[in-house]
Amino acid sequence: MTAALALGDDALVLSHRLGEWAGHAPVLEEEVALANIALDLLGQARLLLSLAGDEDELAYLREERAFRNVQLVEQPNGDFAHTIARQLYFSVHQHGLYEQLAAGDGEFAGLAAKAVKEVAYHRDHAEQWTLRLGDGTAESHDRMQRAVDALWRFTGELFQPVEGVDVDWKALQSNWLTSVTAVLDRATLTVPTGAQAGAWTAGAGRQGIHTEPFGRMIAEMQHLHRSHPGASW
Amino acid sequence: MSSSTDWPLWEVFVRSRRGLSHTHAGSLHAPDAEMALRNARDLYTRRSEGVSLWVVPSTEITASSPDEKDTFFEPAGDKPYRHPTFYKIPDGVKHL
Repeated sequence: MTAALALGDDALVLSHRLGEWAGHAPVLEEEVALANIALDLLGQARLLLSLAGDEDELAYLREERAFRNVQLVEQPNGDFAHTIARQLYFSVHQHGLYEQLAAGDGEFAGLAAKAVKEVAYHRDHAEQWTLRLGDGTAESHDRMQRAVDALWRFTGELFQPVEGVDVDWKALQSNWLTSVTAVLDRATLTVPTGAQAGAWTAGAGRQGIHTEPFGRMIAEMQHLHRSHPGASW
Repeated sequence: MSSSTDWPLWEVFVRSRRGLSHTHAGSLHAPDAEMALRNARDLYTRRSEGVSLWVVPSTEITASSPDEKDTFFEPAGDKPYRHPTFYKIPDGVKHL
């Protein structure tokens, strides 16, 4: 129950953030790519939340404190570099996580086996853009570095064990660090230093503690459903 | 909006899973071939498995000129020996 909510909320919230790019992406082709990724994530969220209960009720009628997503996914889109940094951190994590889940025989194995192909594409997309922005113009390099630095403190939380998700979290974290470091190096970017998790760092999303922008995001997401409760659509 | 030199035009050719040859599907803008392939996948294949994609910079394609259509394509209909019509296709030959 908690596990399905945690993974489902990650996908739901990131999907909503990516949906906000509709009509605003740098070029039409990128718009389609972001929308595709958002749709993949929304599909994952629907399956996962359905395991935990009624998907609409869970998405539209829970208060902020009841959401179990990591704080990384609720971070605002910012500029394109911020969105790509968020995608890079999350998709590398999700890919590692779903690969482990798909290889196991837990309740998420089937779902993860299906989703892991989607997530591999999300990861590839984020890595490609990290390379292009990091190794692009002076301005794109600076912006990408700023984004990578700004979101770094949200990455520690990705490896907080989730009850009911039976994976090797330590291996997940070290593989993640290896992969992200390799991409950032190739992109001529500097890997941020400092603790990923610590007193100064963010990371209580799984406990229902969220950052300020999240409240505004779910207010918008839930507005219609709360105005017309019980309506069918 | 980026300039067209940064985001040149690419032509996309798709071979579907059961298809025999690549067919021109459309065009798109992308900064390089790698991104063109990925964009083509999203725009033209919906990521169905088992398809093959070609992307070609539009500048690499030389087209025949519409003005020269007659000299290029008008067949000499009164010279039947120019057309391969005087033999039978064996039964075993497919895809002809």
